Amino acid sequence: MNINESIVVVLTASAIFYGTPLIFAAVGELLAERSGVLNLGVEGMMLMGAVSAFWAVQHLAGPDWLVLLLATLIGGVVALATSLIHAVLSVGLRANQIVSGLAITIFAGVTGLSSYIGNVAHLGGQPALHEFTAVNVAGLSNAPVVGPILFHQNALVYASWAVVIVAWAYLYRTRTGLHLRAVGESPETADVMGVNVVRYRYLHTLAGGLLAGVAGAYYSLVITPSWIDGMTSGVGWIAIALVIFAFWRPELTLVGAYLFGLFSSMGFVLQARGVRLPPEVLSSLPYVMTVVVLVVVSTGWAKQRLGAPASLGTPYVREER
Amino acid sequence: MRFERRLTTPRWLVFVVPIGSLIAAFAAAAVVLLLAGKDPLATYARLFDRGYFAPGALTNTLITTTPLLLTGLAAAVAFRMRLWNIGAEGQLYLGAVGASGVGLALHGLPGPVIIPAMILAGLVTGAAWAIIAGLLRAYLNTNEIITTLMLNYVAGLLVTYLIFDSRSIWRDLSSFSARAFPQGKPLPDAASWPVLNIAPDPSFAVTVPFGFLVGIVVAVVVWFLYGSTSFGFDARVLGDSPSAARYAGIKTKRVVVLMMGLSGALAGLGGASEIGDFRHVLDPRGLQQAGFGYAGIVVAALARYNPFAVCVVAVLLGGLANAGYSLQGPDFPAGLVGVLQGMILFFALGGELLLRYRVTWSRQRAQSAAVPATGEAGAA
Repeated sequence: MNINESIVVVLTASAIFYGTPLIFAAVGELLAERSGVLNLGVEGMMLMGAVSAFWAVQHLAGPDWLVLLLATLIGGVVALATSLIHAVLSVGLRANQIVSGLAITIFAGVTGLSSYIGNVAHLGGQPALHEFTAVNVAGLSNAPVVGPILFHQNALVYASWAVVIVAWAYLYRTRTGLHLRAVGESPETADVMGVNVVRYRYLHTLAGGLLAGVAGAYYSLVITPSWIDGMTSGVGWIAIALVIFAFWRPELTLVGAYLFGLFSSMGFVLQARGVRLPPEVLSSLPYVMTVVVLVVVSTGWAKQRLGAPASLGTPYVREER
Repeated sequence: MRFERRLTTPRWLVFVVPIGSLIAAFAAAAVVLLLAGKDPLATYARLFDRGYFAPGALTNTLITTTPLLLTGLAAAVAFRMRLWNIGAEGQLYLGAVGASGVGLALHGLPGPVIIPAMILAGLVTGAAWAIIAGLLRAYLNTNEIITTLMLNYVAGLLVTYLIFDSRSIWRDLSSFSARAFPQGKPLPDAASWPVLNIAPDPSFAVTVPFGFLVGIVVAVVVWFLYGSTSFGFDARVLGDSPSAARYAGIKTKRVVVLMMGLSGALAGLGGASEIGDFRHVLDPRGLQQAGFGYAGIVVAALARYNPFAVCVVAVLLGGLANAGYSLQGPDFPAGLVGVLQGMILFFALGGELLLRYRVTWSRQRAQSAAVPATGEAGAA
């Protein structure tokens, strides 16, 4: 038997495939949280990204790569616009960030605007006219073991690695990244240093929205190239949990995202191999494992040193510091 | 534009701001309708007609209102002490599972036995599901927002499993077609909750479901619990300042677990009412499409966590949701109700600012007003 068809290789490759949207969404949420803004609207923003990216591939004409690039960007920009509501409410108007983020998900989510757009534009039930497919990088897709895992993925998988590297370098190797961390840990100090706290919070909440939109586009352009109401099925919430597992460090989101990609893909792979289990048990794996890992991470040792940004969730009001 | 913190909030503002945010939300959603080429005024006219004024509309609205009222109270009791139980959705499913299970198991017994048993089962199963997250939060410091949410998805899959992929007591296996197309087993007639008919004159008749009356009683109990018991006091202290609560010797872990259980019990009761008042069968698709748990958060936030306001807001949003279901079609796409709910929540949140701060527009006036304000605060 070809080693590339062994269950370990197949599972690893599909863990990366299914984990990728989590990386985009989690790195985006991480940037927002590093500035002190908790955005619970990830699920809603992802669905806005998914529906608008799918609308774009159905209505734009051109070479595949150009249409897909534009569609992904449109998905990102629409989700960014959605996150602007959260930024205005929680940074500008000092509203409760938890309720405001929930409001984003109710407004844009399964029973909200994303579903409305899908209905009004008749997007449901159409096959995508353009979709991302796996690329054969440097002709290595058939190389044993590493071929299917590393060299035969779609373009967004490679983009997600770039996003992680850029986010890491930005946070730990640039002056603005240092300022960002200061804003999240102690906005008073950052303000005294001359950092514009409000501007940092706005911009990083918007960056989070952009990346959540790309994550959503991954669903409607890669995983199931179509539009289905609520197609992200809770991944936005898993992304928020992932930021906690990753101790707010971009490089660690890779580990968590692929672990959850593994849980998501395990169902399909096991079923294909004839393992008999109720489908609901397999579908509930990612959610149950999110709770389990969250419990493990939040009990003690790790939280002491690598905890959340100190100002996470609290509005900054200069007059009241 | 400048914000100055208010020392006291005028009483009239507490009423004006939520009403204003409702109006603003409808105005903003009108823009969404216009963009999609719909006539907002005609849409709203149909919405209100189908929600309240058409014959029989109010009766249907009250059926939709009942679970919303209970999930609204569930969110209100937890959110008021800053315990973010987003899991009313799953707790409601579990309540429906518990109540319908008891209703089916007690087949043959009279209503006065079955109905209290269903209520109790809904309370207990909802509370049990919520207490999972409550215990994790209290003893292992696990973020309850994420755990309650994840458990919503697990609860949804559990209900689906009971009807679609198992041979459980909830599933109808009596005929060949029921085995081929899975559906829930109907509850016995004695498990249907009673109704109260109000018909002051023949042209106007409303049927009030039993669950709605239970919900009103629960609202009074919640108000009493928060305002007049030492447990409610502990919960309020813990919500305002966890460290103060610890120093005061309040058993904070116990309060968190109990409050989570109470919140889950109320959501579970909502699920029981949905079975007893309306569905009389465990219907996974219907329960999940309704989204009562998430809508309850909108109810609680707009009511500013006040149990009596929750009753009023639930009727308002219940009418909206009821009209949304019955009008759904090409002229009234699904998703519009969620858009409206989201908008209402945005404006209610924005309106909070007006309650806490005085907004002044002119730079000059703001500066001259700010000086005595700080002086007063310092003197106080």
